[in-house]
Amino acid sequence: MNIKAFWRDIRFLQILAQIVFILALVLTAGYLYANVTENLARQGLTVGYGFMKNPASFDISESYIPYEASDSYRRALEVGLVNTIVVTVVGILLTTVIGILAGVARLSSNLIIRQFAAAYVGVIRNTPLVIQLMFWYFGVALQLPAVREAIELPGPTYLTQRGIYIPWAEATETFPAWRTYIILAILSIFIIAFVLQLARKRSSLPLSPWWNLLYFFIPVFIIWLGAAIQPAPPLNQIIPELAGLNFKGGFRLTPEFAALLFGLVLYTGAFIAEIVRAGIQAVAKGQVEAARSLGLSTSQTLRLIVFPQALRIMIPPVTSQYLNLAKNSSLAIAIGYPDLFSIAGTVFNQTGAAIEIIVVMMLSYLSLSLFTSLLMNIYNNRIQLVER
Amino acid sequence: MLKKLSVFSLFAIASILLAACGAPAPTGDTETVVETVVVTVIVPGDTPTPPPLPAIGGERLQAVLDRGNLICGVHGTFQGFGFVDSAGAWSGFDVDFCRAWAAALFNDADAVEFRGLSAQARFTALQSGEVDVLSRNSTWTWTRDAELGLTFGPVTFYDGQAIMARLEIVSDASAGLAALEGANICVQSGTTTELNLADQFRAAGVSYEPVVFEDQSAAFQAYDEGRCDAITSDRSQLATQGQAVLQNFADHVILDVVMSKEPLAPAVLQGDDKWADAIHWVVYGMIQAEELGITSANVDSFLTSEDPVVRRLLGVEGELGAKLGLSNDFIYRAIKLVGNYGEVYEKNLGPFGLARGQNALWTNGGLMYSPPFR
Repeated sequence: MNIKAFWRDIRFLQILAQIVFILALVLTAGYLYANVTENLARQGLTVGYGFMKNPASFDISESYIPYEASDSYRRALEVGLVNTIVVTVVGILLTTVIGILAGVARLSSNLIIRQFAAAYVGVIRNTPLVIQLMFWYFGVALQLPAVREAIELPGPTYLTQRGIYIPWAEATETFPAWRTYIILAILSIFIIAFVLQLARKRSSLPLSPWWNLLYFFIPVFIIWLGAAIQPAPPLNQIIPELAGLNFKGGFRLTPEFAALLFGLVLYTGAFIAEIVRAGIQAVAKGQVEAARSLGLSTSQTLRLIVFPQALRIMIPPVTSQYLNLAKNSSLAIAIGYPDLFSIAGTVFNQTGAAIEIIVVMMLSYLSLSLFTSLLMNIYNNRIQLVER
Repeated sequence: MLKKLSVFSLFAIASILLAACGAPAPTGDTETVVETVVVTVIVPGDTPTPPPLPAIGGERLQAVLDRGNLICGVHGTFQGFGFVDSAGAWSGFDVDFCRAWAAALFNDADAVEFRGLSAQARFTALQSGEVDVLSRNSTWTWTRDAELGLTFGPVTFYDGQAIMARLEIVSDASAGLAALEGANICVQSGTTTELNLADQFRAAGVSYEPVVFEDQSAAFQAYDEGRCDAITSDRSQLATQGQAVLQNFADHVILDVVMSKEPLAPAVLQGDDKWADAIHWVVYGMIQAEELGITSANVDSFLTSEDPVVRRLLGVEGELGAKLGLSNDFIYRAIKLVGNYGEVYEKNLGPFGLARGQNALWTNGGLMYSPPFR
């Protein structure tokens, strides 16, 4: 073994640097941890999650899971997490649509559409999100008429500053039975497909296309049979009605949720529009020219040639935008939507458990973001060009 | 598995560092992993490191005296109590107590650095040592005293939670909570108000829907725009903010229902009794001065008084200040430069028409009472 050169051996230096780095990391983390526990102990405070089972004693304006003030802090945080997830999922779906439309519009040959999209992206991208949220909430949602002067749209849908009320459906007694019929009808389609495929393999001659009518008649027959047994409809329409101080019944979109969703969707949509535009423009011009010379129409060129290639470029940056949307949803606190950040803030104020709550919040947002990236990475891997 | 992953990612981080020295650059995939793991590692220590704090008596007092100014946590957007105007000038009832402490400590009422704090950040700011004292209309409660590790001072303002509604919904101030069945009620988050609201309506069996804002101004704005039928807060806040913020205060009425006791008091971190004493006795001195009829205008004439009570209070005789680690004339300074309790009250809350009520001196049937200075 040659001893003189070990400090010039690149592999040795690499390993040494790694060990030094890990040591520094562990020491820093240890120092920070010791510092926090020491300072807390000096103030007679302890860290722990025992408080989580105590009753929260505060109410939450909207919740997708049952909650009341006597439930625990833990439950209150769950309500906040679900509220965050709802606005994130709906927001991601809508912002994708807005982003793609605006991105394509920016490349439109129509001057007005192109300029309009450019103005949208320019204005939205260059103003802070929290100001936009305030605008949508205080400037738009709360400027709708009061409950008694509600704007009535067909449906009836009511627009008020207390929210947007739309008719909704309610399950009746026959709903479980009907659910079974519908599941059976859907199952029958798969069974038919399986049987027909089997028959095609067995016979040497092609099957008559008339057999395909089975796809229509058998499910319809099952539903008809169900209707004969259970004539009562499975769902009842509930129409919002003015009762007391507010509308009752129907589905309600609160102004806080609407303003947050609108703000997040438009804001993220502007960024996605630019990613879409960049993705499309990154596809070599020759590809489009070749497609046109083969006689494909504009929409065919876009759909079959440009988009599949642009998608591969767009997915990674779009994933970042989805994550931004999820994290930006914490700005809900400015406009009164009870998301995770808002509720966690309340809990931490009522219990004083700052560190514990911040850890819960960070882990929640982290898992939400990691789950989103996981899904997007799976999708990304599926559409990647397989290179040899 | 997880352990392996984190060790692997630590190596990956190291290799990123080494990349600059010519090591092969890591692939995109490892980079993603690295990011996530690093975050989890840092979590337990990811709070701002508080400056070294005094533990037992006197260190905070000494630290403040050495620094030469007082850092006071106040409300920034609450007219009458703590408000910073467009010129950056602070005013208000709570703010004037900060000035009185500064006057007592440094003989300079302006030796204060004000920190405008949100309801959510106020106690953390105190716990982390960012502010020396919190004078931000905070209710003295058992939880805050015991669990948050605070020591509250003498109550500077006896308040109670009330509810304000539009006159189109309730006929007059005598309406009970039942009149608000199904109402939307605006409230600020992180306050005792939010908890009392839930308790009171639950006890009365009245259903309602809270609309919770982090910021009191936002809650008032939303109420003014009609988002809520009613707004709840301390009575003093409803009266002052209502007049300052609402478009037409006459369209609203504050119900007679008293929903809670809200004793508002200054707070310091527990464990430093000397510092807490200094804060407390300045407030008591201001109350005592009012009782004795000593004001900022006539305080100098009292220096020649023969009354031993007055002489001790103003530090003409005795060593009361020195025993607290302060100058003997600390009350004199606070009265001279800021005023007695009644003056501070009238100056800040008088314009809003808030009657003294429970906040009158005990000699006038109120609750303001100072232990004797002897």
